[in-house]
Amino acid sequence: MKRVLIIGATSAIAEATARIFAARGDALFLVARNAERLQAIKADLDVRGAVRTAIATLDVADFTAHRAIVDRAERELGGLDTVLIAHGTLSDQRECEGSIDALRREFDVNALSTMAILTMLANTFETRKAGMLAVISSVAGDRGRQSNYAYAATKAAVTAFLSGLRQRLAKSGVDVLTIKPGFVDTPMTANIANKGALWAKPDMVAAGIVRAIDKRRSVVYLPWFWAPIMLVIKHIPESIFKKLKL
Amino acid sequence: MAVAGTSWGRYPRARQDIVPLHWRDAPLPTVDGSMLAYGNGRSYGDVCLNDGGTLLHTRGLDRYLAFDPVSGVLRCEAGALFADILDFVVPRGWFLPVTPGTRFVSVGGAIANDVHGKNHHGAGTFGEHLLRFELLRSDGTRIECSPTKNVDLYTATIAGLGLTGLVVWAEFRLLRIAGPWMTQETRRFASLGEFFALSAQSERDYAYTVAWIDCAASGGAFGRGLFFRANHAPATTAARASRQRRLVVPFTPPFSLINSFSLRAFNELYFRRAREGHAIVCYEPYFYPLDAVGEWNRIYGPRGFLQYQCVVPSAAAEAAVSELLKRIAAAGSGSFLAVLKVFGDRPPAGILSFARAGTTLALDFPNHGAATFSLLDRLDDIVAAAGGAVYPAKDARLSGTRFRQYFPRWQQMLAHIDPKFSSGFWRRVME
Ligand SMILES: Cc1cc2nc3c(=O)[nH]c(=O)nc-3n(C[C@H](O)[C@H](O)[C@H](O)COP(=O)(O)OP(=O)(O)OC[C@H]3O[C@@H](n4cnc5c(N)ncnc54)[C@H](O)[C@@H]3O)c2cc1C
Ligand SMILES: NC(=O)c1ccc[n+]([C@@H]2O[C@H](COP(=O)([O-])OP(=O)(O)OC[C@H]3O[C@@H](n4cnc5c(N)ncnc54)[C@H](OP(=O)(O)O)[C@@H]3O)[C@@H](O)[C@H]2O)c1
Repeated sequence: MKRVLIIGATSAIAEATARIFAARGDALFLVARNAERLQAIKADLDVRGAVRTAIATLDVADFTAHRAIVDRAERELGGLDTVLIAHGTLSDQRECEGSIDALRREFDVNALSTMAILTMLANTFETRKAGMLAVISSVAGDRGRQSNYAYAATKAAVTAFLSGLRQRLAKSGVDVLTIKPGFVDTPMTANIANKGALWAKPDMVAAGIVRAIDKRRSVVYLPWFWAPIMLVIKHIPESIFKKLKL
Repeated sequence: MAVAGTSWGRYPRARQDIVPLHWRDAPLPTVDGSMLAYGNGRSYGDVCLNDGGTLLHTRGLDRYLAFDPVSGVLRCEAGALFADILDFVVPRGWFLPVTPGTRFVSVGGAIANDVHGKNHHGAGTFGEHLLRFELLRSDGTRIECSPTKNVDLYTATIAGLGLTGLVVWAEFRLLRIAGPWMTQETRRFASLGEFFALSAQSERDYAYTVAWIDCAASGGAFGRGLFFRANHAPATTAARASRQRRLVVPFTPPFSLINSFSLRAFNELYFRRAREGHAIVCYEPYFYPLDAVGEWNRIYGPRGFLQYQCVVPSAAAEAAVSELLKRIAAAGSGSFLAVLKVFGDRPPAGILSFARAGTTLALDFPNHGAATFSLLDRLDDIVAAAGGAVYPAKDARLSGTRFRQYFPRWQQMLAHIDPKFSSGFWRRVME
């Protein structure tokens, strides 16, 4: 039995992951903004076999509320083994080009809140010398493109933060996992009409997340084929990249 | 934006706006035109299509609300797939009370077509096991329906073809089983008469009965086939677990791989190679042999195919089935997948329920255009004359006149249809 805290638990990817934890009989603490939806997920996870599920509402942009939520999760589950941070918003690129407020909001929700929560957790996990911090970043963070560089920058920040944190915590036996999904068919991407062959379903991605957590991996691309794709994209020289439509 | 969508027969094609649903507390979207729930698209024709309108994709509604492991009562959202439910309940000693020949159907789809399985003679349709459900209407009201509450809407929604609104969640009773194993017996039969005799003598002792009939056979071989009868195996059954292996038809070939030559050869081989006698098999290959080949509907090529499933009342059954088979064989059409089963005599669960006392015949036809459509019209003549019906879940071409003949209570539906809901099928048969 693992004690798992999930931030952004109403995300389609997080929910699919939580189902796998529940079926194994883990204990879960679920956090997101929408209480009714958390309740619906809790009922489902209870049926699927979670030994215990508790829920709490939090707007991650409210930084002052982070501490209380993390403390409550620790208290209710009697400690934490695994944390999955999954919340996020697909920034409106055009809006971010026209409004600094919008850009800052995206950084607050997608990057800074994640780093703030990780900063707290890192300290407790470090002294306890065990545990897994798994965070959903994105392939988008590997290289900014004109169509989504605001979002990409938030994810790049998260990816860089995780890489450093992993080095720091490795000595203490704490694992840090950077999860980089490609295109996933979720409410976040519902507006994209034609979903081609590169699109994955949340339950496939969830299975990959759990596998990577179990194997204590450092970085995982999901599905796997995004690793070679991003390798190529990262290595296109800027002189060529700037002319591409991507 | 409108995107192309298909049903299992890949005919007809329709364009509609897709709205994926994820949360049971969310209101229905406001749309221009009409909307319709879409479960997993395992209906063959256009009951799950809404050309020019909106489809509400329900697969994101797949949560459990409650499960009582003692009584076997399960409550879940309507987009949950039978396949996922089985994975969850079989290890806990429960089974679906009724299941169609594919496990990739949603609970909402199973309700809206009031599906039947090989146990119809003993267990009836899926609707008979429904304890209650919540219906969300386009005016925003949520109505709980059960055999004692809002009964009219309850019987209109079961087999209601999705027209009464969105089923959000449903509660039904599962069947107790000892394990995943089935004891199955296979018997050859040489004629339709033998089929009916085998059926009659198997009904009492076998929960599941069904037959494969060689629709390409003529002369002395006419009416031959294989009869399969089975029960859930008792706890003591010793057998090795083996999950079904899955293959996928990777692309649509440019023409149908099913023609009269391949059909004849295939049927001959299947009939001869069948092993008579007893076997213990896992429930998956037993109930869902076709699920072993993913996207098998592609073998019929880009024009798709049509399934024809009819039921003819018992008194006229043997003569009508024989006439149907002769007509099909003479046309050199039909397919390997021809299924025959005797339904039980039970009161229908829904106003438009298809399953009724009599014998049902189901088979696929590659879509050869006008020739296929006129053959199916001729089959309708036989079914109508016998006082039978055709299954809307499998249909893409039935005329309004025939539909109203087959479902004489159709007018009782009208008061319960949600004014914002419609389907390609419904517009066609109401013309
Ligand atoms: C290989 C195969 C074998 C089959 N064998 C059988 C069989 O043995 N017996 C049998 O009875 N059928 C059989 N079928 C047909 C199948 O069971 C039905 O068509 C079933 O309804 C498909 O379910 P679906 O979830 O794919 O629904 P869809 O095909 O997507 O939709 C079917 C209908 O349900 C409605 N609907 C779906 N969800 C909801 C909801 N939440 N609220 C309201 N309405 C809703 C739709 O509007 C539509 O009218 C078979 C199909 C295949 C492909
Ligand atoms: N979908 C993709 O293609 C894709 C690709 C790569 C990476 N990702 C990443 O995967 C993660 C999960 O995404 P998803 O696709 O599963 O999206 P989703 O279903 O839309 O979920 C997003 C989640 O974020 C939560 N959230 C948003 N703003 C919040 C806030 N201010 N406070 C608290 N919670 C907030 C939402 O919960 P509430 O609304 O209940 O608060 C929701 O649960 C995200 O980090 C996303 O960036 C997604």
